[in-house]
Amino acid sequence: MSMFSQNPLMNGPNYSFSETPRVGAPEGAREHRFDPYTDNGGSTLAIAGADFTIMAGDTRLTSGYSINSRFHRKVFKIGGTTTDQHDAHLVLSVVGFAADGEALMERVDAMCKMYRYRHGRPISVKACAQRLSTILYNKRFFPYYAYAILGGLDEEGKGAVYSYDPVGSYEREQCRAGGAAASLIMPFLDNQVNFKNQFIPGSGEGHALQERERRPLTRQEVEVLVKDAFDGAVERHIEVGDGLQMMVITNKGIEEIILPLKRD
Amino acid sequence: MPGFDFSNYNRNAALHARGVPLPKATSTGTTIVGCIYDGGVVIAADTRATSGPIVADKNCEKLHYISSNIWCAGAGTAADTEFTTSLISSQLELHSLSTGRKPRVVTCMTLLKQHLFRYQGHIGAYLVVAGVDPTGTHLFTVHAHGSTDKLPYVTMGSGSLAAMSVFETQWKAHLTQDEAVKLCADAIESGIWNDLGSGSNVDVAIITPEKTILKRNYIKPNERTQKLKSYVFPKGTTAVLNEKIIRKQDIGNFVTIHDLAEEAPAGGDKMEVDT
Amino acid sequence: MSSPFSINGGACVAMVGKDCVAIACDLRLGLQALTVSNNFPKIFQYGDNVFLGLTGLATDVNTVSDLFRWKVNMYRLREERQIAPRTFANLVSSSLYEKRFGPYFVSPVVAGLDPKTGRPFICGFDSIGCIDFAKDFIVSGTASEQLFGMCESLWEPDLDADALFETISQSLLNAVDRDALSGWGAHVYIIEKDKVTKRLLKGRQD
Repeated sequence: MSMFSQNPLMNGPNYSFSETPRVGAPEGAREHRFDPYTDNGGSTLAIAGADFTIMAGDTRLTSGYSINSRFHRKVFKIGGTTTDQHDAHLVLSVVGFAADGEALMERVDAMCKMYRYRHGRPISVKACAQRLSTILYNKRFFPYYAYAILGGLDEEGKGAVYSYDPVGSYEREQCRAGGAAASLIMPFLDNQVNFKNQFIPGSGEGHALQERERRPLTRQEVEVLVKDAFDGAVERHIEVGDGLQMMVITNKGIEEIILPLKRD
Repeated sequence: MPGFDFSNYNRNAALHARGVPLPKATSTGTTIVGCIYDGGVVIAADTRATSGPIVADKNCEKLHYISSNIWCAGAGTAADTEFTTSLISSQLELHSLSTGRKPRVVTCMTLLKQHLFRYQGHIGAYLVVAGVDPTGTHLFTVHAHGSTDKLPYVTMGSGSLAAMSVFETQWKAHLTQDEAVKLCADAIESGIWNDLGSGSNVDVAIITPEKTILKRNYIKPNERTQKLKSYVFPKGTTAVLNEKIIRKQDIGNFVTIHDLAEEAPAGGDKMEVDT
Repeated sequence: MSSPFSINGGACVAMVGKDCVAIACDLRLGLQALTVSNNFPKIFQYGDNVFLGLTGLATDVNTVSDLFRWKVNMYRLREERQIAPRTFANLVSSSLYEKRFGPYFVSPVVAGLDPKTGRPFICGFDSIGCIDFAKDFIVSGTASEQLFGMCESLWEPDLDADALFETISQSLLNAVDRDALSGWGAHVYIIEKDKVTKRLLKGRQD
């Protein structure tokens, strides 16, 4: 009965030969490994508007087929003067390995606080974005296993979203999805935020058709898109669910919205 | 049985030896349970089928028909549970026709374990077999390698621990039918909420000496919420380069359909190609 | 070496509408990152309104599509009638499971209308023949995750033929644009009771 595990992760589809191919290893050789990383699942999403930025993430924390927490935040206010971050003006979302994500967030937050102490004013998103890239690249050969997205308002008060890979390559974007369900959400954002592949009906034939023009979305429209994007991801990705945490950054401050998601 | 066709085996084994990973089959990373009560047996299952971390089917059927008085819940490789149960179902039907007796649960269990043992675990079917026959009420589990168990309450699949925790805290001897159904449904729900491999709805089958009741989607605790916006596009949003309408009568009498128009487009725009 | 499922690339999707079904595929054929052809359709017709989409290893796409052409022809000669989508789905399933221990590296999708009731029918399979009966949509190929995301948010019940065309087309085009191994144009079939409309879509050629 207990000769083999019932966990399908270890007990796969049972093919007629071993799951992992052995290539070039001498017979009897055994590899010892150090595995310091875990994938804790979850997904994040950020959209920049004309005068606001919305950052969102689900609140499920997983490992393998288990749920470790149903309410674990992935989206953090950073750069405030106190621990409650009531006067923060930036938001950082991290997804991937939760421990690294949290360590990264605390380091960036401490860096923002030091900046304020030294310069007597809060750090700009642009400066913070560059600094975050440096922090990530400093660990090029033992990276923080975290996909970070930084959100805030730029010098002109426009929404700004900066997305990163784990070793610090970054880019300012209009919208970005990260984490487990990024591949499910990102094409939807292309289509609904940047109107990709949409044309104006009747504006021509075949190649002559005119592309539908981009227009900045309102805050209400973006909130609807975020909720619908996550509802879709929850349906099809097992590691996404439980709760949706949304941070809305405007010039009046940062508002946090928590909504329920499916828990199966 | 007709048997398997191994004609691609050597090709795929050669590819595999050169480092090609194996295809991932739809696996029912599942919660399935069964429980005997006074007067019959209940089996239940969740309805999620996964392929890696992606939900392939949100409402699949994991309770399989063997005969009118025997049903089977399946976990593991979805195709294997499907085909193994239908193969044994056919064999059992022929057996009961030739003996003129009602099929027995032990016979079903023995056929399953002998079939699975022959394939040394390569057929990844993990089953809960339940039924009522002239010798009484029976409940078994059959593992992919061919081992079996006979117990008053059983769980299998990735959610087996979550489900068993419900049985171990709430099961008692001499349950009524309603109590047994409730217990099994609760055990499945525990798997649905706490195991990522299980989800969506609860299917239940109640087998008594008189009849079998299949309650498909007995509980639906995971209905999708209404979308906040409709994403229907205005007609003409997508750019079309060529259109061909095929009427039914045009193709009806051909034995094979050739797409001749593809090679020589009649007047329509040619596709843009980078030069 | 990469998985046989992602050597050639490709995507396929089927959707249910009101009294109609749609099935669509991209046109790319590649060898890893190199695109070899931009005219490799992955949808095959096996009757008045029985369609099969095949993604995966291109050699197996050809082998399997020809195998079913032969099997369906034999069915038609023996039975003296057209094959129904549900019958065809079971034929696909058992043919794939026959090769359980040496599978074809394909992920098939079947779409059609039931010849008696006219009710829409779609289903998908894994490479060893497990059927996924769905009431909404089926996806397959290297862009399957992207397609799941698109379809899950765009699709809704009871779309008419025109709305279904827009929904499936937008789902496919935006999904393949986020997959390096799919794209280069698309074919869309809208299957209705009395007619089938086949359209060639404009898609990014990169």
